[in-house]
Amino acid sequence: MAAVNYVAASRVYAKGAPPAVDALDLDIKDGEFMVLVGPSGSGKTTALRMLAGLEPLDGGRIEIAGRDVSDVQPKDRDIAMVFQNYALYPSKTVAENMGFALKMQHVPRDERARRVREAARLLELDDKLLDRKPKALSGGQRQRVAMGRAIVREPQVFLMDEPLSNLDAKLRVQTRSQIAELQRRLGITTVYVTHDQVEAMTMGHRVAVLADGKLQQCASPRELYDNPVNQFVAGFIGSPAMNLQTATLTDGGARLGGTVIPLAAGVRTAAARDKLSELVIGIRPEHMHLADAAARSADGFGGSGTDGAELTGEVLLVEELGADALLHVRLADGGGSVVTRTEGRKAPVPGQQVRFRVQPADVFAFHPVTGARLAG
Amino acid sequence: MTAITATQAPSRTSRFAKNRARELTGKTGWTVLGWVVGIAFFLPVLWMVITAFKPESAAETWPPQFVFKPTLAQFRLVFSGMGPFLEHSAIATVGSTILVLLLAIPAAYALAIRPVKHWRDGLFFFISTKMLPIVAAIGPLYVIALKTHLLDSIWVLIILYAAMNLPLAIWMIRSFMLEVPTEMLEAARLDGAGRIREMSEVIMPVVVPGIVSTALICVIFAWNELFLAINLTVTNAATMPMFLISSVPQEGLYIAHLSAAATVASVPVIIVGWIAQRSLVRGLSMGAIK
Repeated sequence: MAAVNYVAASRVYAKGAPPAVDALDLDIKDGEFMVLVGPSGSGKTTALRMLAGLEPLDGGRIEIAGRDVSDVQPKDRDIAMVFQNYALYPSKTVAENMGFALKMQHVPRDERARRVREAARLLELDDKLLDRKPKALSGGQRQRVAMGRAIVREPQVFLMDEPLSNLDAKLRVQTRSQIAELQRRLGITTVYVTHDQVEAMTMGHRVAVLADGKLQQCASPRELYDNPVNQFVAGFIGSPAMNLQTATLTDGGARLGGTVIPLAAGVRTAAARDKLSELVIGIRPEHMHLADAAARSADGFGGSGTDGAELTGEVLLVEELGADALLHVRLADGGGSVVTRTEGRKAPVPGQQVRFRVQPADVFAFHPVTGARLAG
Repeated sequence: MTAITATQAPSRTSRFAKNRARELTGKTGWTVLGWVVGIAFFLPVLWMVITAFKPESAAETWPPQFVFKPTLAQFRLVFSGMGPFLEHSAIATVGSTILVLLLAIPAAYALAIRPVKHWRDGLFFFISTKMLPIVAAIGPLYVIALKTHLLDSIWVLIILYAAMNLPLAIWMIRSFMLEVPTEMLEAARLDGAGRIREMSEVIMPVVVPGIVSTALICVIFAWNELFLAINLTVTNAATMPMFLISSVPQEGLYIAHLSAAATVASVPVIIVGWIAQRSLVRGLSMGAIK
């Protein structure tokens, strides 16, 4: 087990092109499950391949357990990788696939067989499967063999490149928790690449969000969700995504959909300091509370009784999720369209006019140009 | 409601039947076409084999005789004179094919697995050598063979047949090697496999069917080559195609004798093809299925 450190690590594929990974600084603790997440082209896979030694570094360095491995051969880095398409050797049996790395290390046959069986038991792979060729296995079994090949080596670091993306939805959810549980049990430092933010949130101890080769934020899933440092992270983490709308600044708030949304003093100060006339407002779907009929009649119009703001709009579409329903709503006065989460059984119908209450504490504000979070 | 289903049902079944009938006629049509083409290709071969068993006098009659007393006389004649030719052909074919594989596999590796600088130019250069008509090169080749004392030696054929088949073999094996998934090679690197292990344990198992079909094609081309053999050899290295030519006498009847010689000459290729057919089908359809 070991800590992994990226120190200003860069990778440039072609001269003159923007770096695929741009001066990445990332400290991964011993035994940590670190998820690298980002859209395609964000450099997450490249960052993983640099750690594996499959991509050279064009700047900076990478350390494993304090040792600079930038110029160390992949096989000597004491790592094991699970590939997206598993990359099993088609001509070898499952046992040979899993034991190949040990054979290359000249581990005696008996020891090899013992460790392969142990890994198979850990992954609940049937002993009968060990003599089969990968072709004769199901997708889920192949995935476990690929995991087994990594486990057998007892490496210092596991590298996983979207290992679940070839599984069907149900199996993916199941395997997701198995991998997380297995990692906790083995306690081996793991770097896991995915484009799926749900995987990132559910599996990682910490999640590093990348975009355009740059690290945006590295924090626990909860922290990323509650305190995104910029508009990209805010929009990327969370499903459905945070509603982001450009709003004009007014005294004490921002005008959106015909309503003034109050802003925290810190945000107002920051906006004034940058001499902004407008900013980007971010509200998570579950923070737009549908104002029901009873509350509306008692409260009157405009929500003046509380410190919240009330937004109005027309329902365009209702997506039923079972427990919840997602409403696609077009805000009044050209406020753009937003998505809100509401209770499934009381969902309005398309065409209906609805009102939402938003608490100032739930409103995020971002710089319209840089995308940086505006906060006190 | 019932009226609608009643009127719809028969029309639907009849349309279904019509579609099915059309489908069946289509299928039958293709089957017949397939057989006609197949037989058209096979008939000359069949005619050759039948003629080989005829006495010379029966072979030349018109209309052709289908009822005759089969004889092995032509074969006896063929076997009596064929020995050295067969031996030369076998050596030239096997030798050149081994040489081709020894050179083509590393070349294909350098063009597919770890592409060297300017690999595109290399690839084009290899195939460009096939664009020159061999007739244009025979003069210089003759002079070189003469100067190096390789004229009428089996070595000249081994070298030239290898040179002749090498471009095609490199192209074929390269395309088979491209089928090896990059991730598998990377997994092998992470697992600690060196170049040799990578080749023997990871790449080879995937490309062997392709290499077998490449080798078979080289064997066929070398076995049937006539132009170089006839220009550069006389007796010490004369091959089977030259034997076929020598079966044609200046005068007299020869069709049955030639047919017997041709039948014998095609047997080795058929045997090799039959042995390799499983690999051949897999190799030639590589990449077609993922």
